Amino acid sequence: MAQVETPQEKRKLVEIRGPRNFRSRVLTDKIAKTACLGVILVAFYPFADILYLFILNGVRSISWARLTENTVGGNSLGGGGLSNALEGSLFLIGLSALIVVPIGVFGGVYLAEFSNNNWISKVSRFTADILAGVPSIVLGYVGFSLLVLYFGWGFSAMAAAITLAVLMFPYILRTTELALRRVPESIREGALALGSNKTSIINRLTLRFALPGILTGVLLAISISVGETAPLIYTASFSNYATTQLFHSPVGYLTYMVFVFSQIPTSEAHALAYLASLLLVLIVLAINLASRVGLRRLTKPLESEG
Amino acid sequence: MGETTHSLSDKRYRSISDSVYKIVTLALCSMSFVFIIILLIVLFHASLASIVVNGLRFFTTTTWNPAINSKVISVDGFSAMWGANYGMLVFFVGTLGSSILALLVGVPVGVGIALFISEFGPKRLDGPITLLLQLMAGIPSVIFGFWGILILSPWIRKFFAPALGKYLFFIPIFSGQVYSSGFLSSGFILALMIIPIIASISRDAMAQTPVLLKEGGRALGLTDWEISRKIVIPYARQGIIGGSILGLGRALGETMAVALVCGGADFLPKTMFYPINTLSAFIVTSLDSAFTDPSGMYVAALGELALVLLAITMIVNISARLLVSKGFLSNPENVVQV
Repeated sequence: MAQVETPQEKRKLVEIRGPRNFRSRVLTDKIAKTACLGVILVAFYPFADILYLFILNGVRSISWARLTENTVGGNSLGGGGLSNALEGSLFLIGLSALIVVPIGVFGGVYLAEFSNNNWISKVSRFTADILAGVPSIVLGYVGFSLLVLYFGWGFSAMAAAITLAVLMFPYILRTTELALRRVPESIREGALALGSNKTSIINRLTLRFALPGILTGVLLAISISVGETAPLIYTASFSNYATTQLFHSPVGYLTYMVFVFSQIPTSEAHALAYLASLLLVLIVLAINLASRVGLRRLTKPLESEG
Repeated sequence: MGETTHSLSDKRYRSISDSVYKIVTLALCSMSFVFIIILLIVLFHASLASIVVNGLRFFTTTTWNPAINSKVISVDGFSAMWGANYGMLVFFVGTLGSSILALLVGVPVGVGIALFISEFGPKRLDGPITLLLQLMAGIPSVIFGFWGILILSPWIRKFFAPALGKYLFFIPIFSGQVYSSGFLSSGFILALMIIPIIASISRDAMAQTPVLLKEGGRALGLTDWEISRKIVIPYARQGIIGGSILGLGRALGETMAVALVCGGADFLPKTMFYPINTLSAFIVTSLDSAFTDPSGMYVAALGELALVLLAITMIVNISARLLVSKGFLSNPENVVQV
């Protein structure tokens, strides 16, 4: 047996057997496990601290005036309330979801139902992954250059919403595909045997079965865009007044208030930044919690759902 | 008879509706390709003036001086300011440096968390820890930055940097003046933001280790740590590397958190305690000043910065996907914002 051992195998065996005694190996094992536990605490401490800090200070800064008044001052002073930013955030998210959900969902329908894994679907998946990795500030600059300047829309809700839509697109596309692929083939075959065509199979059956999964993806994409700042600075700018205009009128949003007012060293500005942070953390955590639980159900093996 | 014609036309209608449906969804699905092409064309077009006028100096010099108060001249058919110089080296070094520091901190921590979830920890903690990781990945970047201003930067200035300076004073990069925000705070904030992605992709990869191999190790009398080090980690190597590269891609492009804690330097860092600036942070904080440049060159130069940033992150992301053939990287559970 010893003859067939190559030097490499021999080295590996020595490595595994080890010249060290049992006690030191157990000690190494314990040190490694403690280190892993310690690393978890180190990684989650900041997260816990973020939640503690912003929930505590955010709740302290809650006041009727801050929630219902418009921002005063802006870049230099910072005061008043954040109702313009809250409304603006909701407006932008709603508008971008309105643009991107049909595109992403029906794009996902092609990937799951029509493509048969052809080269188009491979290219589309690959570019979607690349698009998901593009820094949001780059998307912001492109939105600024194309929509704000070249199309002449100015800083506006439409420019911002389209930029956010591009940001959300890959996530919705891929989760829709995943959700549709999990609908059992037997359902499609049954409907086909009854004489349905593909259009009605997709619209009446598979899309309905996949709806929870699709909603999960949409929610996740929304929570990502709620937390975005960089692309909005370049496309929506900021406004102290709520607006419903689509073009030529800048829009306020919560993340901008955190970004700018956290750098202004007055207590009033910081209170507004805290309150905006609290709202953001709550919105994002709630959406994430809901969608992650949904997504976990989505990626579980199918048998468990019966 | 009427029945028959009806059903015939109905069939034709149905097959037409199928092919229309297919073509429409195909068009929507190829939007990701279209978006990437538009991105490249717009960026290239917007930065053309800067590419032509600044040439190689853009990549080799450290001064970013728009010279907005001098006079507008015409260079190679583009208007520019007389005496202006655009060099991105400071931002490039800051981006690379802070991302590498983030990897140095984030990879051991992320792999440690993954090991705890898949090997060491009790089974009933797996779900909660994974959920915590996902929630942590969902915290907006600007909030990480605000926390950085309030807690991390002061802590580094008061405790961490002085301690490093005290014990590692013989290494030149750990000595000298301590600034409140800069290299260390940017690297640490970025590390926090990429830990979830590294940990969850590594965990997915580790979960695919065949149980037989682990049982074999157990039968040989290996301890848990030896099984992890000699069997699980080698087996999951591809996923760990892929997750780390994706994390690097995210760190390179991360904007708001770094913009708040980098210190906004316009000079090259000499030690780990220096303030820095990154490509993305500089782009996002410079829009107002870009508008003050009457020649428009400043906006074009920001576009070239964005183009460089896009090129770096695309190379990093594509290589992550080419290196890792398995499906972990596309698992939507590991989706994190960029």
